[in-house]
This record gives sequence, structure tokens and C-alpha cells, in this order.
Amino acid sequence: MLSNLRPAICFWTAVCCCPAFRHSRGLKCVRAVAWCAAGGVLLVAGPECGPIQAADADGTNDGSAAASRPAAPVEFMTQVAPLLNQHCLRCHGPAKQESGLRLDNAAGALAGGDSGPVIVLAQSAESPLIERVGGTDEDTVMPPEGERLTTEQVALLRAWIDEGAVWPDGVVIEVSGLMSAAETHWAFQPVERPQVPEFQSRDRLRNAIDAFVVHRLEAEGLAPSPAADRATLIRRVTLDLIGLPPTPAEVGEFLNDDRPGAYERLVDRLLASPHYGERWARPWLDLCHYADSDGYLTDQLRPVAWRYRAWLVDALNRDLPFDQFTIEQLAGDLLPQATTDQKIATGFLRQTLSNREGGADLEEYRVAQTVDRTMLTGTAWLGLTVGCARCHSHKYDPVSQREFYQLYAFFDNADEINIDAPLPGELEPYLNSRPTYERQRREILEPVAEEAEQLQREWEAKLLHAAAHPGEDHRWDRYWEVLGLIWGGQLGEGQLEGCEIVKLDWDKRTQDQKDRLLVYFLKHGSPVDEAKFKDLKLSEISSKLVKLESESPHPTRAPIVRTALNPRTTYVHMRGEFRDRGVTVEPGTPAFLPLLATLEAACSPTDSAPSRLDFARWLVAPKNQLTPRVTVNRMWQELFGRGLVATSGDFGTQGDEASHPQLLDWLAAELIARQWSVKAMHRLIVTSATYRQASFVLDELLGRDPNNVLLARQSSLRFSAEQVRDAALAVSGLLSPKLGGPSVRPPQPESVTMEGFGENGWIASEGADRYRRGLYTFILRTSPFAQMVTFDGPSPSETCTRRERSDTPLQALTLLNDPVFFETAQALARRILREKAGNISDRIDYGFGLCTGRPPTSPERDRLVAYFHEQQQILRDDPQAAEALAAESMEGVAPAEAGAWVGLSTVLLNLHEFITRD
Amino acid sequence: MTAQQLLAAERRRLFLKQTAYGLGTIALADLLARDTPAAATSSHPAAAANPFQPQAPHFAPKARNVIFLFMAGGPSQLDLFDPKPEMRKLHQQPVPESFLKGLQDSVIKGSAQVFASPRKFTKHGQCGMEFSDYVPHLGTCADDLCMLRAVHTDVANHHPGQLAMNCGAPRFGLPSMGSWVTYGLGSESDNMPGYVVMLSNSGKGVDGGSSLWTNGFLPSSYRGVTFRSKGDAILHLANPSGISGQSQRVRLDAVRDLNRLRHQETGDPEIPSRIAAYELAFRMQSEAPELLEFRQESETTLEGYGIGQEKTNWFGTNCLLARRMVERGVRFVQLYHSTWDDHSNLNEHLKTNCDMTDQPAAFLLKDLKQRGLLDETLVIWAGEFGRTPMNEVRRGNTPGQEGRDHHPFAFTVLMAGGGIKGGQIYGKTDELGYHPVDGKMHVNDLQATILHCLGFDHTQLTYFHSGRNYRLTDVAGDVKHELLA
Repeated sequence: MLSNLRPAICFWTAVCCCPAFRHSRGLKCVRAVAWCAAGGVLLVAGPECGPIQAADADGTNDGSAAASRPAAPVEFMTQVAPLLNQHCLRCHGPAKQESGLRLDNAAGALAGGDSGPVIVLAQSAESPLIERVGGTDEDTVMPPEGERLTTEQVALLRAWIDEGAVWPDGVVIEVSGLMSAAETHWAFQPVERPQVPEFQSRDRLRNAIDAFVVHRLEAEGLAPSPAADRATLIRRVTLDLIGLPPTPAEVGEFLNDDRPGAYERLVDRLLASPHYGERWARPWLDLCHYADSDGYLTDQLRPVAWRYRAWLVDALNRDLPFDQFTIEQLAGDLLPQATTDQKIATGFLRQTLSNREGGADLEEYRVAQTVDRTMLTGTAWLGLTVGCARCHSHKYDPVSQREFYQLYAFFDNADEINIDAPLPGELEPYLNSRPTYERQRREILEPVAEEAEQLQREWEAKLLHAAAHPGEDHRWDRYWEVLGLIWGGQLGEGQLEGCEIVKLDWDKRTQDQKDRLLVYFLKHGSPVDEAKFKDLKLSEISSKLVKLESESPHPTRAPIVRTALNPRTTYVHMRGEFRDRGVTVEPGTPAFLPLLATLEAACSPTDSAPSRLDFARWLVAPKNQLTPRVTVNRMWQELFGRGLVATSGDFGTQGDEASHPQLLDWLAAELIARQWSVKAMHRLIVTSATYRQASFVLDELLGRDPNNVLLARQSSLRFSAEQVRDAALAVSGLLSPKLGGPSVRPPQPESVTMEGFGENGWIASEGADRYRRGLYTFILRTSPFAQMVTFDGPSPSETCTRRERSDTPLQALTLLNDPVFFETAQALARRILREKAGNISDRIDYGFGLCTGRPPTSPERDRLVAYFHEQQQILRDDPQAAEALAAESMEGVAPAEAGAWVGLSTVLLNLHEFITRD
Repeated sequence: MTAQQLLAAERRRLFLKQTAYGLGTIALADLLARDTPAAATSSHPAAAANPFQPQAPHFAPKARNVIFLFMAGGPSQLDLFDPKPEMRKLHQQPVPESFLKGLQDSVIKGSAQVFASPRKFTKHGQCGMEFSDYVPHLGTCADDLCMLRAVHTDVANHHPGQLAMNCGAPRFGLPSMGSWVTYGLGSESDNMPGYVVMLSNSGKGVDGGSSLWTNGFLPSSYRGVTFRSKGDAILHLANPSGISGQSQRVRLDAVRDLNRLRHQETGDPEIPSRIAAYELAFRMQSEAPELLEFRQESETTLEGYGIGQEKTNWFGTNCLLARRMVERGVRFVQLYHSTWDDHSNLNEHLKTNCDMTDQPAAFLLKDLKQRGLLDETLVIWAGEFGRTPMNEVRRGNTPGQEGRDHHPFAFTVLMAGGGIKGGQIYGKTDELGYHPVDGKMHVNDLQATILHCLGFDHTQLTYFHSGRNYRLTDVAGDVKHELLA
């Protein structure tokens, strides 16, 4: 072969590892080599990389194509390589491997792409490569854009293939002038802890964050803002850390604390508050799109979805380090001696939708869930839009379609299942009741046990036959489908568990699996033999069993994932079609990121494929440059309204660049240095002078930096949907401080849930549950709680990395007229009258202080007093309205006066400032 | 001076101390410019202005407004619009193998039997367009209607299908058509939202719920606002008991004045847009009762829409409201009627839905035409897919109670007005109505054509999100110029 190679245009290298080529990583091995140009093509060669095929010496491959062959043998280096370079390598080269195909080296060209080989040696007519470049079908012809190959060029490639596709040993075609994103894009480079910069105004320094920010401001000729006043600060940091406004007592205490470190003490108190977890759970729930229902048409309820939310709040409150936080949520079930809590953490992966519509294809929606998990993980940890590579290789970032399915493969064998996860106090009565329960169960089942088992085996055989031979018997097709569709419906159980148990050998099933399948069989299995079912009275037995179950104590269940009972092989799905299978893939991580295999001890033995647990550990390995950057950026976004990278869900080449790249990296390094402590990072950020700046906007600054990219001030941020609700309830005194537990349904018009198809009504909760924090509001995917939607709550079916903040008339109508908010106004009025004695001005000051954390200015006070009198006069003329407004009469307060206080309270609750954190 | 005023003064002093903007300015301008397309949050001054500011599309439009009658659930095209006399011969026979070649769809099982439509079809209008006896009123509009008989979609489940028809792909999180249109065109209405959704049903709500009128990743101002003909037209439109119109004005004035005082203090650019939103809310409160008040409408009009008649009242009221909204400058009105999902008892259920909608939908076209509004209003009648030529057997096979399953491969859509050539049938299906044989049109083609009527190149109406430019037609869609007047 070497005779084909001109020594003058290539170099050999001693370090080339062939196996790496199979993983599209070959280029890295040879980069150290000097190269030289040959007609625009740079060639590098390694000795171990063989040719595709030695041309048969005896010429047996010299077949029918001989007639069209050019007279002289084709010369790879001068004829084929330039052609591939010019037309193919931009998409099938080192930077990108569209359809998994790479044509710059022999191994890649021989292996072919996701749909199989593209070159059939010595048979150009059978080679898909020729079909693509020489075809006329507009949809498939290659290249899809740009100059097509000429007839002569196609003939040349034909001849080359027919001659045995000679590829000189080890030659790698390098595309001139093409640096890959992996090499150049900032976010893909390792995190190196930057030096803290020097700057002039040292007096503004509280910690290193400020050094980076002020350094940048000075370069722009700007100065930071002074610190916000204390009243603003306590309101800001309280809202930011626990999501609630401070109480008047808390404000008073802080304003009067003259000792040094008052602010730091305040921060520490807030970080220790149990409400901290409630506030920080919400953005994380936006990412995994938590909801209390299945989604899609039937949108059945998931009554135990909240178990994951409870875990999350608790994990945040105990400051579970972010690396462990990651591992438990993605693979808690795989940890050695995993605790129930660690398993519940995987509920993170259970927030995907379930389609229980009749006729839905079980595999199609299982694939959709797995894709969702893959995309979610890509977004939440890596800040990559990996979903773009589902149907084709990523257009902008170095993630090939095959790599997408390698990531997907980590989740392909994660099956949905619910487990018994006893709440405090549940275990003992459950255990105590077991002997009786088991005796009663035996009594019910024993008389028919043998015959029922025989029937069940027949039933299962028929189901399995239908699953393997769809279309043969539509009735059994349907029974198989229904087993998957309805299994555990309305209980929020994993859909496919029933099917998976049936697939499992009878003697490999656990007792629990047997029991659960038996319950299903007795209820739905009669078609196997109606007569026998009747003879054995299995329906009655089924009812008895269901009754026994419902009367026996049972631990509350929790949704988790666990390794599939019946492992699946993962394929590339061509064009994202779940039925269109390409090559098989093993779990793996994108090549441009640090290798999975090089990551130390954490990994399983090398002879097995990496697991979900390995993947989780890889995400938080110190070498992973994306996870810490993406994570600290989201923290920053929550505390400043905008990330240092504004596109917090996209750190790829299409995302925004960091406004303060060094600060971002310093924070990323700090996160790891502080053992991934989220609270430590929150403390670090909120105690910086940057965070503590005033938020006032001067026109000059607004003109130069409207989005506050440079951080010459804090930003004024409208509350999130939950905060709007929580704050109104808090200042009115209605808020229930109860932590955790199942979701609740605060009142809302019934018409909201009537918009969806599902039969989920909305029966409002009673008592204190009407006044719980927004975090606990029941989320129906097809008809989410109206107030949440109105205030930019995210879609509960899709990952959301940053919420929008809009001003709409519907928000105004909600705050003005929604009965929930009106009730808070009435309660606020009563609170003002009850808690503050004095004249109108005093009481106005008190109410204003409750809502904004500061006293009104005198023009503000004057305006409120004027309003109060105006409203009171209207109500004096309209006693009925006064009665209606005041709702409850208060001793010693005339209805018109009470009504005017309600009116005044609605004014306070509608102030822009009330729903804004300055 | 308060502490805050002191701070503000301090800020001014600091600014004055600073000299010219210095070397960083160019880099800064670049950085800030980068921020604009992706970060269309309301904190940006451009977004603080009216998001519904009317805007010109790419080229001169034929249509200014859209009324989309979404027939959710999948109406049976074979019993309404696409007569197949040949089917009689195959009635109750298995579907010939040739139709099923290459099909993998889960819903349509090979074992089903052909179910010839029992409906009677008649030719209507000068064009001779055929309609079944269930939709006689639509038949009277034949010469204004363009009937697309070979529309197809990618999915056969309701919710994904509705997303595909309305948001361009069977996925969550994409903006709906009405959001795209109001994002592109703004709205002419000062007192009403630009994109309004109204619902009616014959028993069940629309499958996709509010995900069908979501703004997706567009700013939430472009989300469809549900308007109800019963109860509060818009959620929380009515004042609480005890707040009279006068009290409402008084408290709104106080809120406005206090917000202005705060703005003077802090300069927060959000405050003016908050004030504007409150004013629009008040105008909606004042305008809505007038909109809902039909006293000005003639008897003929009310009768035409079937208002006051039990069967037609609900959908008829929504149709009349749609016309009144379009008159008032609302850009995109979408009516959802559900559900046409007739897996069994098709004859009876289909009739129920036709009785509720046929007359009002037809009268809407006539009413718009008579008022000279049809030329500039594009009206679309469509479901998310059609129904199979076969009786659905998986739920039994009782004569007289036949039903049809979901059919994504070919179904019928109606269009009228707004630049569409009436009196034509576009597209043809095979003798079973199973597959298109001519004039095949994907839902993305339909969307591209709708946008074209509104003056948009569908490939250019885009929004940068999550690393790329998105558009209504996803990555496909061809304008069908044959449909245009």
C-alpha cells in the first residue's frame, strides 16, 4: 500500500491508538504531528491504521465495473482525498459526524454510519456512498447543500471503490482551516481558577466577586452603586433566600442591630430556615418539570409525585453537596446499600409524561420519556442542547447523533417503578398488620391457587405471543397494550411495570411482583377463558382481594427508577424515529468532554458498560468543565435576575458568551473548593458588595446597560408566580407555615380545569391548605393553576432554565379581582386594624411597611390618605358595597371605614413595589 | 431627603465623576447588542413598549386576521367532505393489503374492516363541491371554501396531533400559531388581547388543554387569552363584590399615582409597563361587556348564528364573538370545539357536533362576507387528523354503533377568505380515502400557507431560542400557491 503514498506529503506519527478511531477520537492522537499542505489537504498518518482493503493481488474483485473504469488506477492522495475534503468532510469529518459517518480516516469510512456501511468493497453499484453522491433524489442526494459532484467525480469514486477502495495506511485527511468548536469554544475549555484581579476602588471590596465585577466596571469607565439601604437589603435577601418577605419584627431587629456582622448574621439565619429549601426547590422543579399528573389527554393524577419534592426540599435544607445531590437524583438506586431516601431522589427522573390514551404506542412514549431524560440532563448539568442531536448530529455543537444515543443509553434501562417508602409512623402499623393480612390473603386465594396460576400462565403466554406478533389477533394486541396503558393509572405508578413483569421468567419474579401481577390478572384476565374465570369465581376473589388491600395499612409509595428487569439494547434512531433503528450503541459521553473511562475509581470495572451511576459521577467529576459553570451560573441568575451567561440553558456555541468569564470560572472553581456546598456559595454571593448594591436605575446607566449586564447596580425583579402568592398570603397573615406533604388545591374558578379533556375537576382544599405556599399547589399538566400561568410559571411539561417576567393585563386582573387575592386584602385590612392603633396615617404606615418593608414617603402617604377618604366616601353612599367589601364586621369600625381599609389593602397589594424585589 | 434619595444623589455624583466612556465602549456595545435577540424579557426597553404594537409583515398581506375553528378530536372527513362511493363494494371487507403496505401505525390495525359511510353527499354551489347531509350549511358556502382533501400529519394521538396542527410539531414548549402571528403582526386592538381562545364542547374539553394556546418560548404577552361566553369572559374580569366601577377607577388611580412616585424614585423601567398593563386591564373591563352585548345585532344575525337555539347557542355565540373581536382589531381568534373523537356511535355523535357547529360556522363566513371582512379574514376549519375508512373493531362491532379510529395519513381541512381562492377542491385521496394520491399537503404546508396569506415568509418568522432559530413550521413547510386567490 505504501507505494500509493507520496512520502513528501505526509508524516508518520508514533502515537496513534487505533481503538480510539472507533470512538471518533482519533484526531486527538495525531494532533501533535507536524503537517504540510497538499493541494489544500493536510494529511497525517499513523502506522497502525490500516487501509480499508488491500487491492486483491489476483484481481478477483475486478468485475463488471471494469468498463467504466478510468485507464489508470485511481490515486487516493491526489484524487480521492481532495474530493472527500471538498465535498464531504465538513459534515462527515473531525468536527461533525452527521449520521455517525466519518470519512476522514480509513476506519471511519469502512465502519460507515448509523444506517450501516457506506462502502461495499469492489462493488460501487452496491455502495450507498455512490448512491448518495450520484443520486438524483433531492431529499437524499449528497451533499445536501453546495456544489454537487460532477459525473467525472462520481466515476472516480466508483472506480476507487471498484479497485478495492485503497486507503493508504494510517492516512487521516485533515481539513485545512477548520478548528472544531471543541477546540475553540470557551465553555468547552477546562476550568482554571483565575487570579483575582487588581483594581482601583479597593474600598468597595467585600469579597473576590467584587474584584472581578469592579475590575470590569473600571475598564468600562463605570463605578458600582452604593450599598442598598438596610430596609431594602433585608427584604431583598429574605426574598431571595427563603422566598418570603421579612416580617416587621425581623425588619426592626435588623435595622436596630448596630453590631458588626449584622448582615452576615441575617444571612446565616435565613440559610438555616426550613423555608430556604422551599424557595430553592422551585427553580430545580422547573428544570425537571415536576407535576402532579401524567400529561397528555387523560392527564391522570400522580398522587405520590410529591415524595420527590419533599426529598428535594429536605436535601436543600441539609445542604446535600451538589455532587452527591446529582448522584442521588440520577442514580440513587444504584448506590451501594441505597437508602429509601436515596431511591426517592431518583424521582427527579420520574417527571416525564405518561401517555395513557387508548392506542398510544407504549414503546413510542417510553422512548419519548427517555429522550426527555437525556435532554433534561444535558440541559441541567451540561448546559447543552443535546436534544438537537436526536434526529441528526448537532448543527452547532460537537455532539453527534450517535453520541446523543450514547447519552440516551444511560437512561434506556432506567425503568419506572414505585416503591413502599413509609412515612414516619407508617411502618409499625404496617408490620403489625402483616400476619393477619397474609393469613386473610391466603384464605381468599388458596382454594383456587393452582387453577388460577394455570390460567394466568395461559393468559401471559397469549399476551407475550401478541406482543411478539402484532396484528395477528387484535383483541390480544389490545390487552397487551392496555396492560401497559392502565397499569398503576391514577396512582402515578410506572406504566410499563406490568408488561415487564410478564416478560420476566416466572421464577425470577419477586413476591411483590407476583402479587401485583396477580391482582391485575384477576381483574382483567378473564378473556383468557371466560368460562373458567366464572367457574372459579375469580372476579369475586378479585373484589375480595381489592377490599382487603384497601382495608390494610400500607406505606405511602414513592416513584423511583431502577435498572430494567429486561435489559434493552440501545440503537441510534434514524431521524429520531423510534422505529427506525440504526446501529447499536453503548452508553458513553460526548467525545469532546473528558473521557468517561479516564475518570478514576468511581467507574465500574472496565469490562462492563458504564452505568447510570458512572454517568452521574462523571457529571460531577472535577474534570468536567461544564457542570460547575452551569451550576454557579444558575445560582447567579436566581440572585441577579440574569446569569453571567444569559442563556443559562445553553453553554454551546449558540449560547451567549459570559459577561464575566473569569468570575464565572472563579465561582466554578470555588464551588468545587467548597466541597460543592450550595449554601456556602449562596452565602458567598449574597455577602458580596455586588449583590448588596442599590438597584436604582439612572437614565444614563439605563441607556448604556439596560439589562444590567455589567452589574453596576442590583436589578429590580418582579416576583415569581409562587412568590406573588406567598407574599400576599404572608403580609395578610393568612399564610400557612406548614412544610411539605401532598399537594394542595387552592381555590380557582372551575372553568380553568374545564379547559382540558381529562376528568380532573378542581375541588378546592379546605382549611389551612387553602393558604399554603405556591410550591405546594397541585400541578395539572393540561390545565395548570391559572395564577401560576398568568405570572409566567413555566410549562409543566418542558424543562425551563429561566423564567420570563412579563407585565400583562391578566396579572393586573388577578391581583385586583381574583377572589384569592381579594381575600388576602380583606385579611390584610383586618390585620392593620387589629395590630395598629392610631390615626389613619399611622395605620397606613403600618400596612405600607408590611407590604414593602419600608415606611411610605410623605407624597406616598398623602396619596394613600387621599385615596382612603375618597373610597370611604363612596362607601358611605353605598352601604351595601361597604358590607360586601368588609366581609367580616369589626367591632368599633363602621362598615364604610372597614371597607375603605380593604380598598386600601388592595391598593397596597397591587403596587409594583409589592411584587418586586429591589 | 430619605435614605433612598441620598443614594440616588450619590449615584448621580458618581456618574458625573466619570469621564468619557472610555475604551470599553465598543466591546460593551457589542456585548449589549448580543443580548437583545435572545433576552427578549420585559426588562429590555424594547419589550417594555407595547408588545402588540402593529407591525408590518414581510410583504403585502391578503389577510389581516385569522379565525381558526379547531375541531378537536379528529372529525370524520369520510362522513362530511370526502365521498367514497367505491367503498360500498368493500363494505365490511378487510382493507386490501395494498393500502397497508409499509404502515406501522399503532392505531390503525390491519384487522379492521372497511366501513362505507352511510351519509348522503350532494353537490353544492357553482363549483359543485360535495358535502354530506350532516353539514348542509357549510355546503351553502361552497363557492367561498377551499377544500383540502389530502392533508396529512405525523402523529395519530390527540394531544401530539393537536400540537402538530397548532404549534408545528408534536412536542411541548413550542409557541402556538396565534402566538407566532401576534408576535409577528402585533394587534390592532387597544382594548382586547391580540390572541383570543374560546371553547365549546359536546361533553368533553379539548384534549391538549392550554398547551395548545401557549406562547412557548415567546414572551408571555403572546399567549392566547381564554375568553368565555359563560361566567367571567376573561378570568377575573369582574370586580369583587363591593367594588363598583367608581371604586375600581379610584383604586386604579391610586395604584397608578403610587407607581409613578416609585418610578421617580427608582427609575425601574418596569414600572411604566406595569402602569400600562393596568390601564389595558381597565379598558378590557370596560370593553368586554360591550363586546358581549348583542343588542346591536339584528334578529337575522342572531338567528343566523343560531343564538338562542339550544344546539347552536354555544358555538354560535363564540362565532359571533369572533366576528365582533375581528371587527375590533383582535388579530387571531381560535375556537375549539370538542370532541369529534368518534370511536363508536359515529353516526350519532358526529351528528351532535355537526348540529352544534355547522350552521354557526357557515353563517360566520356569510356574515364576514356581507360585512366585507372575509377578504381580510382567513377562516380555517380543521381537526388534528381525520378518521379511518374502517370501522373500529377493537371496541366491538355492533351494527349501527360503528366508529372510526384516528387517521393521520389523509384528512380534510377547509379554508376561506383572506387570500384563499374559494370554490376549489385541492388534493385527492385514493378510493378508500386512505392515502393522498394528489395534492398532498402536510400540516406544516398548511401553516406555511396561512403565514403566507398574512404576509410572512414562514422561514423568516423566527425566534432565537435554546441555541437556534425556531419557527412555526419547524424545519419543513411549503406554501401551496395553488390555493391562493
